[in-house]
Amino acid sequence: MSTMRQLMLAPDEQAMLDGDRGPAVAMAMRLVVGVAKAAGAERLLPVDSAHVDGCLYHGRAGLDFAERLAELGGRVAVRTTLNVGSLDLLHPGLVRADDELAHHARRLMDAHVALGCEPTWSCAPYQLSHRPAFGRHVAWAESNAIAFVNSVLGARTDRYGDFFDLAAAVTGLVPDVGLHRDAARRATLVLDCGPCESLLVEDDTAWAALGALLGELAGTRVAALTGLPGDLADDGRTEDRLKGLGATAASAGGVALFHAVGVTPEAPTLHAVADAAVPVRAVTPGDLRAARERLTTATGDTLDAVTLGTPHFSVSEFAELAGALGDGPPFSDSVTVYVSTSRAVLAEAERRGHLEPVRRAGGRVLTDTCTYVTPVLAPGTRTVMTNSGKWAWYAPANLGVDVVLGSLPDCVASARAGKVVRHDLRWQ
Amino acid sequence: MTSGGNDRTGTAFRGTPLCPGVAVGPPLCLEEPLSFWGGVDAQGRVVDVHHPQHGAGLAGAVLVMRSGRGSSSSAAVLAEQIRAGAAPAAIVLAEADSILVAGTLVAAELYDVQVPVLTLTPRVYDRLAAAAASPRASALTARVDVDDRSATVTLGGAR
Repeated sequence: MSTMRQLMLAPDEQAMLDGDRGPAVAMAMRLVVGVAKAAGAERLLPVDSAHVDGCLYHGRAGLDFAERLAELGGRVAVRTTLNVGSLDLLHPGLVRADDELAHHARRLMDAHVALGCEPTWSCAPYQLSHRPAFGRHVAWAESNAIAFVNSVLGARTDRYGDFFDLAAAVTGLVPDVGLHRDAARRATLVLDCGPCESLLVEDDTAWAALGALLGELAGTRVAALTGLPGDLADDGRTEDRLKGLGATAASAGGVALFHAVGVTPEAPTLHAVADAAVPVRAVTPGDLRAARERLTTATGDTLDAVTLGTPHFSVSEFAELAGALGDGPPFSDSVTVYVSTSRAVLAEAERRGHLEPVRRAGGRVLTDTCTYVTPVLAPGTRTVMTNSGKWAWYAPANLGVDVVLGSLPDCVASARAGKVVRHDLRWQ
Repeated sequence: MTSGGNDRTGTAFRGTPLCPGVAVGPPLCLEEPLSFWGGVDAQGRVVDVHHPQHGAGLAGAVLVMRSGRGSSSSAAVLAEQIRAGAAPAAIVLAEADSILVAGTLVAAELYDVQVPVLTLTPRVYDRLAAAAASPRASALTARVDVDDRSATVTLGGAR
């Protein structure tokens, strides 16, 4: 078609495609160029870093791709962190993988490390160390990490995923399309959260509920949220809440970027991210109540397990959990409590003394993977409580369990009581 | 050149190439977008219970679907289905989809199996979808030819 835009490669990029930097770079470049043409890109952009999620085992093709690149002598060209795998390499007893899954999942994780990726095994690489600077281009995969790096850090990634993320890491290049470009980062929808401010200040589940509503209203569009309380310099509290909001919005819709006006760095004012003509939708407490109810499928008060840490638990969340546990009673024998986190956060939380109360209460800490992507919950688990909107969104279909969304204090109270306890008065 | 036209071999629909290859198969038009991750099983059957064509088999068909949907893991799932011989023979879209293209490009690279992908303009797509959804469609054969410069779907008569 005569209207088709043409991809122009710089001389060094053409040389990579022609094999001047070896067969692995050429193979990765064929994928980058093929996807760039399909996306209508006119040029490629260099990236500072990558976050790769192809290390979770979905089948033979993912393993063949990573091992082929490694056999060809491939090496990542930029700093590259790794998303969760299918196994907990630090606590091998926790994942009930059959021999074949365990074998292939391990080979897949090893192939990524052989390519020079950092064995972070976390869906929240932005906690602690991998924090791209404002305005820089990166190639990140994993929907919650994409939403976080775009929205909370103000770096720029489009939605990347299996195969392409690794190809971008090996070449250090992405197509100049989508959320790398200014125009695509403007909001086309404004949600005024002012009417819900007191709920949002008091209860973290309001942020999960708002994420579900945002996903349902925005789909894949960029929204600006006004009236959100919070400050990114408050030692992690607001970051944790925005992590939960973005993860749920990315699950319920396809949100890859949102602006919290006055909170996130790209949106000091509404004017900075949205034209005056963009329609405003008020979010009422009734909207949040309805969204929160959609994230709960269980009807009774029976409880088998509690899952925390989707996306991975942060150091500040461990501090909050340790504070809630204090010297109080342990968890009920009939409820298993899992906390999913990265090995880096685990080490830091340990150093700060936040792990001792969790272990004393009977909690199990899972690293390198997550309770909703690999077999961890005991067979026969029927009802699970979580503080995560993302977990609540996916688990009923993925794991066949009923779910209850509750705040961290209510998750602790329920795990101790052996049944669902929710202090819902403020929601009435 | 995006218009269709009749000739002796059938009705040709011209579009934009996304992934090269040649394929022939019965057309299967999906009424709604489908996520390969979580929406299609290892045998290529639609298992998304919310999808109106739940239970349909995609293996070997020329899949006509307005757009892709959902998780980026669809690339790995599609590549795995191509490896296992359970994938569509070709994919015809109205909106370009980088995730599906990543899956077909990688499968071509690793397994030397080509699943061509192209887009049609919405108007041409609607005409193809109408033809592929007609009661006579089960008797039709779709031929897909995609190279670097051109992309064509040709609907022909009885197989």
